[in-house]
Amino acid sequence: MTDASPDLILDARDVSKVFGGLTAVGGVNFGIPRGGIVSLIGPNGAGKTTFFNMLTGLYKPTTGRIVFDEKAITGGRPDKIMALGIARTFQNIRLFGTMSARENVMVGEHARMRAGLFGSILRTPRVRREERHVSDKAAEELAYVGLPPNTFDQLAINLSYGDQRRVEIARALASDPKLLLLDEPTAGMNPQESDELTALMHRLRDERGLTILLIEHDMKVVMGVSEYITVLDHGEKIAEGLPEQVRNDDRVIEAYLGKGAVHE
Amino acid sequence: MTAAMGNRNVKIAIFLVGLFIVAILPLFFNESSGFIDDCTLALAYIVMALGLNIIVGFAGLLDLGYVAFFAIGAYTMGWFASGFYAEADIHVFVGEFASSIPGIHVNFLIVLIIAAAFTTLAGIVIGLPTLRLRGDYIAIVTLAFGEIIHRIAINGDEVQIAEGFPLTNGRQGITPVDKIDLPFIEPFTSLNLRPWYWVALALALFVLFVNFRLRDSRLGRAWIALREDEVAAISMGIPAVKTKLLAYGTGAAFGGMSGAFLASYLNTVNADQFAFSFSIFVLAMVILGGLGSIWGVVLGAVALTFINYRLIPDVLNDVPNKVGLDFDLSELSFGIFGFLLVIMMVLRPEGLIPERRRQMELEQGIGTGDTELDLVEP
Ligand SMILES: Nc1ncnc2c1ncn2[C@@H]1O[C@H](COP(=O)(O)OP(=O)(O)OP(=O)(O)O)[C@@H](O)[C@H]1O
Ligand SMILES: [Mg+2]
Repeated sequence: MTDASPDLILDARDVSKVFGGLTAVGGVNFGIPRGGIVSLIGPNGAGKTTFFNMLTGLYKPTTGRIVFDEKAITGGRPDKIMALGIARTFQNIRLFGTMSARENVMVGEHARMRAGLFGSILRTPRVRREERHVSDKAAEELAYVGLPPNTFDQLAINLSYGDQRRVEIARALASDPKLLLLDEPTAGMNPQESDELTALMHRLRDERGLTILLIEHDMKVVMGVSEYITVLDHGEKIAEGLPEQVRNDDRVIEAYLGKGAVHE
Repeated sequence: MTAAMGNRNVKIAIFLVGLFIVAILPLFFNESSGFIDDCTLALAYIVMALGLNIIVGFAGLLDLGYVAFFAIGAYTMGWFASGFYAEADIHVFVGEFASSIPGIHVNFLIVLIIAAAFTTLAGIVIGLPTLRLRGDYIAIVTLAFGEIIHRIAINGDEVQIAEGFPLTNGRQGITPVDKIDLPFIEPFTSLNLRPWYWVALALALFVLFVNFRLRDSRLGRAWIALREDEVAAISMGIPAVKTKLLAYGTGAAFGGMSGAFLASYLNTVNADQFAFSFSIFVLAMVILGGLGSIWGVVLGAVALTFINYRLIPDVLNDVPNKVGLDFDLSELSFGIFGFLLVIMMVLRPEGLIPERRRQMELEQGIGTGDTELDLVEP
């Protein structure tokens, strides 16, 4: 898995992030096979979100090298990395509060749009067509993730928690990413919504050929969807492998001890 | 769908009727009446307030130095359309009178474009150092920039671009400034204010149009996204630097155009016009009306213009005297604006006419809309 091979869509080598004296992520090697669904798990503060933030350019890695789709993206600008095809959702929902669900998703298409300042002022036929297309596509994505149509034009913050999570996924999908990073997407969802999300992830991979990296605490979801699991603890990779292997790994059980999450 | 379209037609009808009334308004007043004067100023300030609205209201970048763009626009008019540089003898598409006097005299419309170009550049220059900053720090940097421009305006009379070409005329001001002189119509004069009013109205309509178009565009969404949550915005593919600089640049351009117009209209470009308090004046219009709300900002600009030029000097000025106090109320006008802003923040923080989005938030909170009506009807 850690050997560089051409079928890795993402390859992170010896990546670490140090905040002051705290090593949030320390020398992690991590590869994602193209078209796979893989999970990153670990107890609170393990460094999972920090790792996401390095992949998406929000944090510059202290050491290491990240290659996405055969391009080096280490420390690149978030908007450029997103344009290359990595889209994400956030652990704490970060929707644009004063925008409708549809507008939120339209923002996700920004990198795929071309309208500029003058084109927008003149609203040229091309810009007009693009706007219509983007608005329709936003509706398609919202329907795809299962949002009820009567909520498309409601303010995102007025939606239920589960629906807000869905809008965030739709917003990430709007950019037609190759790799989708989901940071605890089921947090706050009820069991039925979690099941729907598991199904959605399978559909995304099977119908769209997306590669998915999932951070998740809900072991039912993790075990149900992951083809490969990597476990972080205190910023270090303590285990990786197939779900059954990880489930029975002593170090993993130890890291989670007291939380009982593994035995759920 | 049809209801929405009907709604749209009603809005267009209301707008056209309103526009017609506003357009013929000066005909009901004396050519040189003070009322038309105030209205013309109000229109020029609408242009500025809508420019600042792009920076502060849409993009959420608190700019306390907007006066800099007023100054640069006004000086552009002073440099390119007056007898200030008497040693030069340049005339570009100007009428008979301006052609007959020394100095640099360029056609009003051309100067307007140059002013927009200069201020766009200035907007980007002021934007650059603030890009890595947030909130309060942006305010401080822009405030400093405004003050630097003010100081340069005051002392610019001693700065020679070339021999006989000082940068500004300090507190004495560059005056007179060429009056607007467009092809096919009579040259403007200070006796008939109606044409000035109409030019200001045309500028205001143009900026209004641009505001609406930009708000509902890819760029407008990007500004609002950055304002709402910068981390989410850049993670969704919005280039923060470019998008913010476009806000600074576009917002500044309108300040510059309005400044150029005002230089010609007020017939002077004087360093004392460009004090910090003017930045606050325009910002107060935006906040009073409703940050990001286009019609709110228009209303805020009109209201504050009339409070500043009518209510305080003409109506309220005697009040201190009557109650036995002896001071000039107009010197306190900024205290009054500050007071107004505090009251607004307490009573109606979203502004007189809240931004559509904030309004939606309120309405949807109560749960109105066609869907419910459909349910009620059998
Ligand atoms: N910007 C930051 N500055 C300083 N320390 C940080 C920063 N971001 C994260 N950390 C620290 O790095 C460590 C890892 O945090 P991170 O958010 O990556 O954990 P996590 O695995 O996502 O945890 P959780 O499951 O609670 O979301 C924590 O100790 C956290 O306090
Ligand atoms: Mg986390």
